Formats: sequence, structure tokens, C-alpha cells
Amino acid sequence: MDSTQSFQFFNRGPSPVARLVFFAVLSLLLLFVDARYRYLESTRNALSVLVSPIQKLATLPSTLWQQASGFFVTQRSLTEENLTLRQQHERDAVQLAQWHAVQQENRHLHSLMALQQRGGFNARFAEIVYAEHDVFKRRVLIDKGADAGVEVGQVVMDDIGIVGQITRVYPWLAEVTLITEKDHAVPVQVLRNGLRTIVFGAGDTSQLSLRYMPVSSDIQSGDELVTSGIDGLYPPGIPVARVEKIERDPAYPFARVTCLPLAGVDRQRHLMILSGLPKLPERPAQEPAAPIDGKPTQDAAKKAEAH
Amino acid sequence: MARFAHSPPEIQRPASNLFILLSMGGALFLNGLPWGGIWLLLRPDFVAMVILYWCMHKPLRVGIGVAWMVGILADVADASLFGQHALAYTLLAFGGVVLHHRLQMFNLRQQTFQVFGIFALTYAVYALVHWQVNGYVIWPFFLGCLTSTLLWAPLSAMLQSLRQLRVDHAARRQ
Repeated sequence: MDSTQSFQFFNRGPSPVARLVFFAVLSLLLLFVDARYRYLESTRNALSVLVSPIQKLATLPSTLWQQASGFFVTQRSLTEENLTLRQQHERDAVQLAQWHAVQQENRHLHSLMALQQRGGFNARFAEIVYAEHDVFKRRVLIDKGADAGVEVGQVVMDDIGIVGQITRVYPWLAEVTLITEKDHAVPVQVLRNGLRTIVFGAGDTSQLSLRYMPVSSDIQSGDELVTSGIDGLYPPGIPVARVEKIERDPAYPFARVTCLPLAGVDRQRHLMILSGLPKLPERPAQEPAAPIDGKPTQDAAKKAEAH
Repeated sequence: MARFAHSPPEIQRPASNLFILLSMGGALFLNGLPWGGIWLLLRPDFVAMVILYWCMHKPLRVGIGVAWMVGILADVADASLFGQHALAYTLLAFGGVVLHHRLQMFNLRQQTFQVFGIFALTYAVYALVHWQVNGYVIWPFFLGCLTSTLLWAPLSAMLQSLRQLRVDHAARRQ
């Protein structure tokens, strides 16, 4: 019953004129305060909570339109660009893979060459063709044999250090016993202090061990072992292994020293056969019991004879 | 206009508070659309139109006080000085409330001329305040007064028919 307002005897509050004056004065007051003193910013912020949803709604269509058009333009150009890049990538990836392999091989051959020049001994390159299937034998077959002048007892190494020794020669192939073969011995020196010793293969792992090392001997983990050249089989100064772990148990006379070979005994494909090493004079026969260093020579000689 | 000749009198057309609120919100929404350039100058003041419509048709529900509050909200939305819209809408509502008997007797075409005066007053107040505070008047601003007047008839008819729809709906239910 809103519109029955001609009945003035109902109480309807102040007259329109009174309201007009009241609200007009209020508005003018607000105007004055806001224009002059800027006191009303917090009120404005509070009220904007009511208004901002409507404002957001009002700007939503144009915002959406801009975003949508931007999205589609970007999507199309991105798809094209992506396609082009993918084709390019496929073309390049093949070349890159080849390039990586060639670079790797090149680097390896380079280092072998450098070593050959530095060492001053004859070396010929060989490639591993077969690996021994027996778990307990650490042997590989290389593609150079008797026709290439390979002989039993020659030393095989890669660009870093000793890998093994030729133990059997076929017409076109040769068998290399790796230094990790069980009981294979290499006479070595500790590079740090010149301590002489022998490193043996462990056989079932790719580790090496030092035997007959007194508990008190000066050896530390991290020490580098190089060939001593004492028995005349290995040229001196070629890296062999690095000491990994030392267990000094006073109950035993010798320390347990575990080493890891430096050369990529189980990794490389390209190897180098050293030949033409200077021959040492024959060992005098009447020598009494062989010292420790003599042992490997006998072992190696026995091995060579056995094969 | 023929429709309004046969339309039921105002008293039979109720208006829920929600509908009034929605119409105010819708007007604020339309005012807040991203108008720009010449369209901003030509933009009709939808809030003023809706306030005037309600002041004319439900003067006891929507009066000067409501107009003032909506004006404050419009000030916040427009980031104009506090009280600028409020003062203008207060005058607008006063005009609507005082003249509502007379306006309701006219048809929409005749109303348009009457309403133009009220809108002109509203725009003048707004421009006056702007001039007092900032020292200049943008005269094309008054173009909005014209478009508001021209849109008065369509908007008024639309709100009337929306309310009529609800009446018809309720009648069919009974």
C-alpha cells in the first residue's frame, strides 16, 4: 500500500523538503571535507567493497575479450613456431648425437696419441672385440694378434693408466688379462713418497688390493700408485690405482689396503699395446731368496710360460 | 503507449526490495562499463534514470535517503568527490518524489519532457560542484543529459513490463 500517500494523517516522517535540505547539507559537508581535508579515504575504501564487485563485473566482458583474442593469436603463432622448432630440433638432434660420439672418440684418441708421444715407447692401438663371459675371469679379447706383432707379456693401457697384460696371442686376436684379475700382480710405487709395493687384482670385483703392507707403513687413502718399472715388464711411472680404504688391525701384521684402478679397466673400447720396452739384463741365477719385489716377476714369468 | 493505456494502475504492480536492489546494481554496472572517448560523453546516467523511476513509482520506498546512499556508492565507483553524486541524486529524488503524481498522469512521451528538466537540474548540480572544486566545466558533459532523457521512455517501459511479467506470473499461479 505504498502509493496511498495522499492521506496525510499517516505518519510518513519529515516532508520531502526537509529531507532535501538535510541530505543536501550532508552532501555539501561531505564535499567540503573531502575536497579540503581528504579525511574520508578509509570510508571510501570500506564502501568500495560494496561497489567493486559490480565494477569488476562491468569490466569483465572487455577484459575477457582482450584475453581471449590474445590467447588465440598467441596460441596460433605458438603452434606454428613450435612445429618449426620441433622439425629443426629433429634435424639437429641426429647430427648432435653423431657429433657427440665423434667428439668423444676424438678426445680419447687424442689422449692416446699424446701419451704415446710423451712415453717415448712404441704403441699400437687396438679395440676390444670380445669380453670374457666368465664372471671370475677378468679378460678381454682385442683385435690385434700375432700378425700385428703382438707378443705375450706386452702391457696394455688406456689414456690414463695400466689396463692389463697380453697373456695369449691368436693370429688375429690377443687376450688381455686385466689388472683386476685375481692374483694378477703389478709392482707399483706410491707416487707421494716412493714406497714400493705390489698391487694385486681382487678377481671378483673391479678392485685391487695391496698385500704385505706393514701396519706402520706410510700410506694414506687417496695416494696414487704408479708402476715402479722394477721388474722390467711395465714401463715406470704409469698410473695404476688410487688407494681407497685402509684398515689397520693390530692383530694382523699387514694392513688391508683397498685400491681402485685409475684406468677405465671396464669401460674403454680403445686400448694401447706398448711394445719395444728396453730389456733388462738377465737376473743372476745364484741370487738368494727373492725379495718381495722379485715375486711378481716370477709370477708374471710363470703366467707367461703357462700360457 | 497503447499498452500503458490498458495497463493496470501502479498500485497493482508490486516491486520487491530485491528487484529494486537489482535494478540499482544493474544501473551501477551499466555506468561502470568501460565507456571511452565520445561514448563516455554520450553515456546516459543509468543510475539517475533508475532512481528517478523508483522515486516516481514507489516514492515511499525509494526516496531522497536511498538516492543519497546510492549517490555515495556512485561517488565511490566513479572515484569522484564524496557527495558529488549524492547531492545531484538528492535533488533528482526530490524532483521525482514531489512531481510523482503529475508525472504518473502523463504518458511516456509527455513524461520525457518533464524528465528532461529534472535530469538537467541533476547534471547542472554535478557540473556546478565540479566547477567549484576544479574551476572548469566540460560542456559536452551535458550531452549525457540528452541521452538519459531519450532513454527514459525505453527504460521506463522495460522496468514496467518486467514488473508486469511478475504480476502476470503470479496471476497464472492462482
